[in-house]
Amino acid sequence: METINKISAGNVRLASRLIRDLEDKLPHAHARLKKLFPYTGKSFIIGITGSPGAGKSTLTDALIAELRKQDKTIGVLAVDPTSPFSGGAILGDRVRMLRHAEDEGVFIRSLATRGALGGLSQAVGDAIHVLEAMGKDVIIVETVGIGQQEIDIIHHAHSVIVVMVPGMGDEIQTMKAGILEIADVFAINKANRAGAKQLHTELSSLLNSTKLSPGAWRPPIVMIGNLYEPATFTEKTAELAQKVADHYAYLQESGQLGKRIERKAMMELNDALRTCIMEPVIANLTASGELQRIAEKTRNREIDPYSAAEEISKRFLKSGGEK
Amino acid sequence: MPERKIRVMVAKPGLDGHDRGARILARCFRDAGFEVIYTGCHQTPEQVAAAAIQEDVDLVGLSCLSGAHRVLFPRVVELLRQKDAADITVIGGGIIPEADFPMLYDAGIKAIFTPGATLDSIVEWIRTNVQPHQ
Repeated sequence: METINKISAGNVRLASRLIRDLEDKLPHAHARLKKLFPYTGKSFIIGITGSPGAGKSTLTDALIAELRKQDKTIGVLAVDPTSPFSGGAILGDRVRMLRHAEDEGVFIRSLATRGALGGLSQAVGDAIHVLEAMGKDVIIVETVGIGQQEIDIIHHAHSVIVVMVPGMGDEIQTMKAGILEIADVFAINKANRAGAKQLHTELSSLLNSTKLSPGAWRPPIVMIGNLYEPATFTEKTAELAQKVADHYAYLQESGQLGKRIERKAMMELNDALRTCIMEPVIANLTASGELQRIAEKTRNREIDPYSAAEEISKRFLKSGGEK
Repeated sequence: MPERKIRVMVAKPGLDGHDRGARILARCFRDAGFEVIYTGCHQTPEQVAAAAIQEDVDLVGLSCLSGAHRVLFPRVVELLRQKDAADITVIGGGIIPEADFPMLYDAGIKAIFTPGATLDSIVEWIRTNVQPHQ
């Protein structure tokens, strides 16, 4: 219990260790998370996503600076990819956020994807809960560099920033489903480069052709120029922070926030059920050697995997029900 | 139960901007299956220590080619101690005269690797000497 109290009082060492235990799926970790759960649910969660090198970490750094001017405490979860070959990872997002390293109001934690394909890591939901329990006002979740459809971030964030850069393709790209549909705020980064205006036009035309019900949120587009022209860069990143704050206000006033929180709760429950039901069944079948035997049977075409799974689910679900 | 992953941080404290070695090491650690937090150049020891704690690393590898290691390396160890994080192993590398080894070991640097050290020998040292936090 002492650990729980210390984490909810903001202890960085213990919080970071718990996040690691959750990543590594240590048995005690979820027991701790259960106790922390009553402290969660009060933070504003911002997602930031976009292609590799678009400037997500740099914009996260700028957002931290803006939010710190308002004295908000901040947690950052920055996800980078795990090597499919070695299982190792280079987590390099912090490099862009060095100036906040000593600020006690900012806690930055890097996570590796460890095989997850949706742009985040499996532990990210749990890690968000730890930061919430620490009492962070705002949590920024930075995804890995993504392509067209890694959209898991919408299950975790209240507001999503999609960072785009010029020169990534023609207007057909902006017509496609996926990543562009999840933006609450668009940032066109490196807007000093050729093609930025055209990208703005294409995104505007996309938004113009999207049917919005009266009073609905229309994602604003913020053009952010050269990082090395600090005056204008800061002005534009302040605008980005303001648009995100506007979106949060809209979510609260329109009642949409409740819906997003409900969506998140449903996803968490789904995930927990899957973990709670699937993992023990697989562990049980693996330990008894049955999984291997069934795999051999399906390989020899003696049984199909669908019937095998049905039979297993009947057996396990029934024994659970009788208890 | 999946095994605990080793988490390491590679950092360059001080004013020297020659980070080729640090980057090569970071890649090598990645290929060894470690999770590597790469934090780049021009950091204060305070930044290094704070980041190491936020990231819950098992080991901090410091690189310095400017001659300031006598001040910077011990300072990182000292800060980690102050923050109740003495269990984080600190090793160093770079252009470090052998005459300085004793004072760095005394200050709590656990190993020193200088030009000529093979990548394998560094990984091997970590695997042998660093247990992931439990």
